[in-house]
Order: sequence, then C-alpha cells, then structure tokens
Amino acid sequence: MALKYIDEFRDGQLARRLLTQLKKRCRDLEPMRFMEICGTHTVAIFRSGLRPLFPPTVELVSGPGCPVCVTAGEDIDKAVWFASQPGVVTATFGDLLRVPGSRTSLAQERARGADVRMVYSATDAVELARQNPDRQVVFIGIGFETTAPTVAAAIVMADRLGLENFSVFSIHKVLPPAMEALLSSGDLHLDGFLCPGHVSTIIGAKAYEDVVRRYGMPCVVTGFEPLDILQGLLMLVEQHASRDARVEIQYRRGVTWEGNTAAQELMARVFRPADAVWRGLGFIAGSGLVLRDDWARFDAAKRFSVPSLGVREDPACRCGDVLRGALRPTSCPLFRKVCTPQNPKGPCMVSSEGTCGAYFKYHHDGPDPDVEEKY
Amino acid sequence: MEKQVLLDHGSGGRATHELIQKVFAPLLGNPYLEAMNDSAVMDLPGQRLALTTDSYVVDPLIFPGGDIGSLAVHGTINDLAMSGARPLYLTAGFILEEGLEVALLESIVRSMAEAAREAGVAVVAGDTKVVPRGKADKLFINTAGVGIVPAGVSVGGEKAQPGDAVLINGTIGDHGTAVLCTREGLSMEGDIRSDSAPLHTLTSALLEACPRVHVLRDPTRGGVATTLNEIARQSRVGIRLFEEALPIRPDVAGACEILGLDPLYMANEGKVLVVLPREDAEKALTLMRRHALGREAALIGEVIAEDPGRVVLKTRIGGHRIVDMLRGEPLPRIC
Repeated sequence: MALKYIDEFRDGQLARRLLTQLKKRCRDLEPMRFMEICGTHTVAIFRSGLRPLFPPTVELVSGPGCPVCVTAGEDIDKAVWFASQPGVVTATFGDLLRVPGSRTSLAQERARGADVRMVYSATDAVELARQNPDRQVVFIGIGFETTAPTVAAAIVMADRLGLENFSVFSIHKVLPPAMEALLSSGDLHLDGFLCPGHVSTIIGAKAYEDVVRRYGMPCVVTGFEPLDILQGLLMLVEQHASRDARVEIQYRRGVTWEGNTAAQELMARVFRPADAVWRGLGFIAGSGLVLRDDWARFDAAKRFSVPSLGVREDPACRCGDVLRGALRPTSCPLFRKVCTPQNPKGPCMVSSEGTCGAYFKYHHDGPDPDVEEKY
Repeated sequence: MEKQVLLDHGSGGRATHELIQKVFAPLLGNPYLEAMNDSAVMDLPGQRLALTTDSYVVDPLIFPGGDIGSLAVHGTINDLAMSGARPLYLTAGFILEEGLEVALLESIVRSMAEAAREAGVAVVAGDTKVVPRGKADKLFINTAGVGIVPAGVSVGGEKAQPGDAVLINGTIGDHGTAVLCTREGLSMEGDIRSDSAPLHTLTSALLEACPRVHVLRDPTRGGVATTLNEIARQSRVGIRLFEEALPIRPDVAGACEILGLDPLYMANEGKVLVVLPREDAEKALTLMRRHALGREAALIGEVIAEDPGRVVLKTRIGGHRIVDMLRGEPLPRIC
C-alpha cells in the first residue's frame, strides 16, 4: 500500500486562501447549520485545528456516523454474550473492545479469560477459524457501507473454504436511511450535509438523491483533508445561499456518482436490508444489514440461540442526543466530570470516531490536565 | 479504577499512570520513585549512581530494525542516558515458555550481546526461569542497568521552563509502526524499520556541549504525545508543538493514516526529546545532526507559560488543538 500526495491537501497557504474565500462568502448570510455525518470528519476537523477558524456564521454539528456509537445497547450486550460462551473465539475490530455494555465490555471479558481477538479485517477472522477448527469463531460485523463489503467477502471466502466454524453477528448499518430519519424528526434545523467520503466511494453520490429530493437538503460528498473540508463547506454555503439544493461531489479523487458497483453487488449478494435500532435515533426501517437466507449458516444470530438480554443503559447518558446533533458533548452533564475515555459512560466517548471522545481529546477546553495530579 | 488489570494498563498512557498511582506509589513510594524519571539517581559517597529496570514483552520477537534482545539492551541504556548517566552494567532476566526453540533463543541472546558490545556496556548478572507452555508468550526479558551521572549534570522531567525549546533527534513513530505492521502482517510500501538504538553517546555529547539541558526523555510507549504531557505536568508548564516541524517518515505517516493512528502516539526506541533554553537550541541541533543518530534532528516545539500541564499543537493550516496523553492502546478505526 502506498499513500502519497497527502501533504498537498494540508497546505497551509491554500487553506488560508480558502478560509478567506469562505469568510467572504458568508459575510452577508444568516447563520447556517451544517452536519458532518461522519465521525472521521469530526476527528479530521479537530485534528487539523479547523474548528476555531470557521466563520462565526457557520456552525458544524456532528452526526451519527460512528458505527460503534450508534450500536444499540442490546447489540453490544449480545456481542459481549458471545465472548462469554465456552468454545467461542470472538473476533472484532479494535474500536468495539472498550465499549461498555450494560454490565461489561469485550475488553473486560478478555481480562476475565474470554478469548476475544482484535482483527484488522474480517478475512483475518476467517483465518482464525481455519487455524482453530475445534472452536467456533464469531466475527462481530460492525460498520457502515465502507466495511460491509469486506465482511461479505469474508463470508464468501469462508464458504469457499468450507468452514463450519465461522459465523458473523451482523450489526452493520447503512447511512442514508439514518439521514432521512434525522430530517424527518424536524427539530434539527439543518442547512446541509457534509456527506462522508469513505462511505460514498462504495455507495456513490447517487445514494443521497432522495435526501435532496424529499427534504431539499444540500449534500456535498467531501474528503477528509483540511482543504477537502473547507472546499466542501464552501460548496454547501454556495448551494444554501443560491437555494439550489443538489448532490455535489467535492471528493472527486475517490467518489463517483455510481460508486463501487462490484462492492455494491457483493454486499447485496450476502446481505439484505433489515430494520435496525440505532442508539439515539431509535428504530429506522431498512437501516441495517443482515445475512440473506442462503447464507444463514454463517449467521451467528441463527447458529447460537442468543437470549434476549435485559439492557440497562445509563439513563444519565446523553449519547443519543449527541448522535442526533441535538446536544454538544460539552453541554452533557456527564462530559469530563464522570464520563472520560478512561471511564466511559457511553459509546461516543469510547470510539476513536466518537464525537465526545474527539471533543475530549482535541477541544481546547478539553482534557482536565490535573496539574496537581501526582503519579 | 477497574477491578481487573486490562491491557490498557500497560499502554504507557493514562491507565498506566493510574495503576502506578493507585497501586505502586502508595505501597512502594519514596522520593526516588516519586521523582518519576526514567532512572533513579542516588547520591553515594563520591559518586552519583543511576539505576533503572525495564521488562520487554514485544510481539513479534523479531521485527524490521531489531529484536527483543537488542531492544532490551537499548531500552535500559536509554533509560540511564535520560538521567544524564553513562551506562556501565546491565543485568538480564529471562522468562522462557516451555517449547521455545533454543536456536531462536540463541539468536536473540547473540543480538543482545552485540548490542551490549556496540554500546560498551557489560551484562554482568542474569537469571533464567522456564514456565509451562501457555503461561508466557515465548520469551520475556527484564534488564536492569546502572550508570554513573557525571558531576554537574542535573536533568529531570520537572525542570522544563517557559522559553525553552523542544528538540527531537529524528523521525517520530518508526518503532511502533514497524512492530504493528509486522505483528498484524500489514504489508506497507516503503521500508518501515524500528529506530531501536542506544542514545547514550548522543546524550553525553549533548550534555557536555550544552550543560544547561533541562530535560531528556525517551518517548517510548505512548509516544511523543504522552512523554511531552508527562513533562508538561511534572514541570507545570505548557508545551506548544509545530505540526509543520514534526519529522515523520512518509511511509510511517501513510501507514498511520490508513490505520487511523497518529504517529505522535506511536512508540520510539531510539529517540530523545531534549528541552533546553532557546538560545542553546541551534548549537544542540548542529551537534545532534553531526551524530549518526541525530541526522534529522529538529526543533519541534516550545515551552510556554500558558496552558500549564497541556500540550497544544499548532497545525499546518494555522489552527490549534490539544494533544492529550495516550488513553488506552491505540486502536485502528472502523468506518
């Protein structure tokens, strides 16, 4: 793998020029409120220090684009349940390990002796199953359309290898229905979406057509470098000012109108849309992905009889409101007082893509430095 | 704090500090330990002695640029060097898992011997234990080291002052990224190698030429970000980093970018952070750049009076953000 030409998209001089342009364009406009849907955008904006440089009339709120954060408490508990089953190796992406369920997390189960493995891709979990023929390997499939095709590929691979001991607990979700759910609630007063670059490389910009048609909401598919984000914002402001809502692609080096059709086909071959519960947004029809019936033998939810678990979500946790963009993390009464990355009360504080975690880590009024702390 | 030890408690970041603070410090505490420096420095009649110990549990045992054997020598030498000491003697303790290949052990001990010889230190005592299969992961090594601190040298994490410059002797995050890519079998383009190296000749030359050096610290686990946070807290000052000035290899930056990790949090095993008065910075940089381990030395930041206890990064595009201490093992992202 190689990655070049990144610095070009972080050029300080060009960024300042774009900022000036953005400020000039916003000068005579009423305050605007845009949502960056994707957690990677939230983190990129903080990491590049862009937030304090935005014109005062541009407000950016973070959305539900963090797969770990939007996973319902019950699904987290089920993932943890798999880890407690004898003879089971639970494999998942690192981000999920520390997320607290009602009682414990995967990391805590691992400390108690459960066999929980962090993998970098679902195919690593297939490899685990191949190496451990006497054990059941359950892969916790989590993520949006960026990740789902790779998990579909792993399932196809397990089938080809004839593996009897590999299954996937799919808590995958798709983004466009969640965007519509947000808009239909009507209380957010958004003026546009900064649409996620990575997800859109798979689903294509066309996936946002309905959002524009039904809600007249400007959508700009945007990359993750500072210059991308500034240009994406400028395009949103332009659409908003000219009252001409449409789907535009800023991130042309990665995203096409149609997207990656091979990945779409693979996803559709293995998964079918299903209703899903999102933390913060609740029930959203057709927003989840489950294994199709002809792949049912790889469905962990069918291979195991997962009990229905009484979920205890901390009633004081406001992650749900944060995910809807209705509450800034710094306004949550738990933020930084009882909820920290060390001792997270909700998933938004745990995930590296989580809004609360990003605020805690990067926001200038952020972490309490505990100057008096002796260690 | 959690009821059980989690892997996070070994990450070198916040959780490690919490464990030290809650368990070790109250029970074992004394002025040497509470100084929280890389080595303890003790005044003995006629000499100042530096003493340190470190355990090595790296997976995989062999990685591009080194192995657990050379690492166990370099790491402990560096802990001594960070107190300004001249390293003299090491001890080595081995915990071996039943079934370990003797040939592998031999190659690691040979690498240890070579590293010690090159660094001019002797391994003068040792210990070996073997545990049943599954009770350890192949091979763990502990090394302890003693050294002598020359008269007049006084460095420590609590001595940074506003107006100081922050230097580093080369590229950031090489070791952690090399080990991660090897362990997880991620094939990245380029040639990412551990920077594992003994720093004592560099630090002693530096202390001789610039006796006003305030802090020397090797940014190992938790990376440059965590180490600078420790210094900011110990000295009750702020530290401002310049993103533009951070030396990062393009292949390391690329690998971290793909994995959603930050080189500032990746471990280094051949790097030293130097905090010294601004007016000595040029001289120190020139000297470091002449040394084999300091060719890419750079001024990466400054010590400030504002924001005590914090590290702030001035970004390339002119914004700023907090650089916090590592919290938990860096985990790759999901999207």
